[in-house]
Amino acid sequence: MGRQILLEHINVPGINTFDVYRKHGGYASVEKALKTMTPDEVTEEVKKSGLRGRGGAGFPAGMKWSFLDRKSEKPRYLVCNADESEPGTFKDRYLMEKIPHVLIEGMITSSYALGAKTSYIYVRGEYMYIIRILEQAIEEAYAKGFLGKNILGTDYSLDLYVQPGGGAYICGEETALLESLEGKRGNPRLKPPFPAVAGLYASPTVVNNVETIATVCAIVNMGGDEYAKIGIGKSTGTKLISASGHINKPGVYEIELGLPVEEFIYSDQYCGGIWKGRKMKAVVAGGSSVPILPTELILKTAKGEPRLMSYESLSDGGFVSGTMLGSGGFIVMDETACIVRNLWTFTRFYHHESCGQCSPCREGTGWMEKVLHRLEHGHGHEGDIDLLVDVAKKIEGNTICPLGDAAAWPVASAIRHFREEFEYHVRYPEKVKNPKHFELEPFVPAAAAMATV
Amino acid sequence: MAKVTIDGIEVEVADGTTILNAARQIGGEVVPPAMCYYSSLKDTGGKCRVCLVKVTQGSAKDPRPMPKLVASCRTPVMDGMVVQNITSPEVLEARKGVVEFLLLNHPLDCPVCDQAGECDLQNLSYEHGVGKTRYEEDRRTFEKIDIGDKIKLHMTRCILCYRCTFVADQLTQERVHGVLNRGDASEISTYIEKAVDNDFSGNMIDVCPVGALTDKTFRFKSRVWFTKPLDAHRDCDKCCGKVVLWTKGDDVLRVSARKDQYNEVKEYICNECRYDHKDMKDWTIEGPRHIDRHSVISQNHYEKIDMQKLKLDIDRQLTFQKGKQLPETTNP
Repeated sequence: MGRQILLEHINVPGINTFDVYRKHGGYASVEKALKTMTPDEVTEEVKKSGLRGRGGAGFPAGMKWSFLDRKSEKPRYLVCNADESEPGTFKDRYLMEKIPHVLIEGMITSSYALGAKTSYIYVRGEYMYIIRILEQAIEEAYAKGFLGKNILGTDYSLDLYVQPGGGAYICGEETALLESLEGKRGNPRLKPPFPAVAGLYASPTVVNNVETIATVCAIVNMGGDEYAKIGIGKSTGTKLISASGHINKPGVYEIELGLPVEEFIYSDQYCGGIWKGRKMKAVVAGGSSVPILPTELILKTAKGEPRLMSYESLSDGGFVSGTMLGSGGFIVMDETACIVRNLWTFTRFYHHESCGQCSPCREGTGWMEKVLHRLEHGHGHEGDIDLLVDVAKKIEGNTICPLGDAAAWPVASAIRHFREEFEYHVRYPEKVKNPKHFELEPFVPAAAAMATV
Repeated sequence: MAKVTIDGIEVEVADGTTILNAARQIGGEVVPPAMCYYSSLKDTGGKCRVCLVKVTQGSAKDPRPMPKLVASCRTPVMDGMVVQNITSPEVLEARKGVVEFLLLNHPLDCPVCDQAGECDLQNLSYEHGVGKTRYEEDRRTFEKIDIGDKIKLHMTRCILCYRCTFVADQLTQERVHGVLNRGDASEISTYIEKAVDNDFSGNMIDVCPVGALTDKTFRFKSRVWFTKPLDAHRDCDKCCGKVVLWTKGDDVLRVSARKDQYNEVKEYICNECRYDHKDMKDWTIEGPRHIDRHSVISQNHYEKIDMQKLKLDIDRQLTFQKGKQLPETTNP
């Protein structure tokens, strides 16, 4: 196992309670920050650490914090985005369920750095049991004087609230989250103005992912420079990866960024290889929105270098031959998986979750879903594949929020890398009517078939 | 003041003006179409995406182009900004896509729709749409419902521009209707049928770009191009009282607010003027309403040509044609 920062004490019994957590060095960052550092110094450490947002976009967290409008006389807010709804991603759930205090600690330290007097954790409605865990943890923190008025005898006060959402995927988009938090319909806002200037209640707001905020504790404890040494290049630190799909050991793993993808999939420390001794077909590396890659491109970049688990290496080659680290939802598919069926499932999700505000996404996601449904159930025809590419192209970049892009990228990439499989569906409609068609008769690409002849 | 170049035509506008409004100051072909933006309603726009334009130069200070197409109705101009609208093939392609998306679930029942002839979506698809649809599946359908006793909601035709919800928010005391559900299942609705009941609710009909909200007192009475529009006014203590009467012989078939050249109402009228005074005697007639020459409603309405206006139009066309020949920018 590589270096563990967030999950170091995950297996300690009772780590979800304040006392055990405190005994294992918990809340040290709050003490250090509030008693020995100024808010700007904390921000500076986070900047130095090179920490990048763990929610999906990978925007440097320190930079995001520095955009916060500090001259405004309005109150400032920190909002934690715990609306983890990306298919394939379940790392925040694990973290909040097992060690809720690391998030509370991170929230206090980060709120201090940003000068927020009130902070919110926005949790998706489906995580109701986690909301109870968090509220329990917050209660304990209040009782021990880590939240409330004059924390640890300093003149800094903070109130922390947990807000359940209604369970819409779109509320994970930061401006839709803020709308929902304000009690309105969760529609994304038009940007600019950005939340750093006018966010929650039109006040300067920072929205960060659970993992980002939890990592701030470690950064303050060990110092930004020290944290920056972990990882590779501009991808510093560790990252939680939610591994799922056709692997021997699915679960949440903390990896040091820069770990080779091959090692991650095949090493017994991590995923433990493909199940049932089968071959790997494709990997969705960062949650359902990122482009899917076939085996040869996920293990090695187009240039032939081994691909690493880092922001840069995974996106090497752009969208032509690369993908994104995204939120770390690592979905592996073996040779019996049907790419078309998988894509249909993804598209069905985006169709269901589109907020309906802007026309390309509202109409386009539904259209793509219907065409894919047709293809997968053996009613497709030749023109459908190009139609899908065209529809995806017309959605991408033309919508208010990134949900349109998220819906378009998987379609464009699946057809780019697995076009033959789509053609197979058009050519053999009778065969694909059985949902398990590739389990009965694995798909063989033309090139591989030629090689065996 | 900010100087902005749209399709090769330079214009100076006040700071904070949107690209769309800057283009409207130039007028003519360079004006991006708009389905959801409404100049007299605050915060509208940004949703339909037909007004997307390409910004090839952000400003004089920061000349980088914007990475994506932007919604011109909500993007303010910067000094030195260079914008491409119909000179950019990328914009036209995207717009064609958006029109296709808008028509995807639209029933295209124009032959029986009361809005036909004055419908923004019809105009838009004539200009940017294609003749044939690539959509093979069933379209979404809804039941027709009454919202208020004078308004029929035909949700199947709706393109979800949200204008009517802004009318309810900004012109009336209480908003009783809104958007329910999500994605392509979302619909404009009230929880209680016929709940919309206030003095200015009728304006929902005027702002609707399609035939989703229609006037029940006018439904199926006449095709709009068979009527004769007249400007008229009356003293009204609730509103400005300036209206258009849509008449046939001596009968007033419909009363609506006055729309400008972009089909937008500047001065809203009250429900009393709209529904309760369908008699010529109640109105002071000002004369025939000017209808744009390209509109089907202008058939058989002959107007004297305004030579000065025609010259302005020609001059603008010439400048525009020159602008078209500008070299392509280096940043595609």
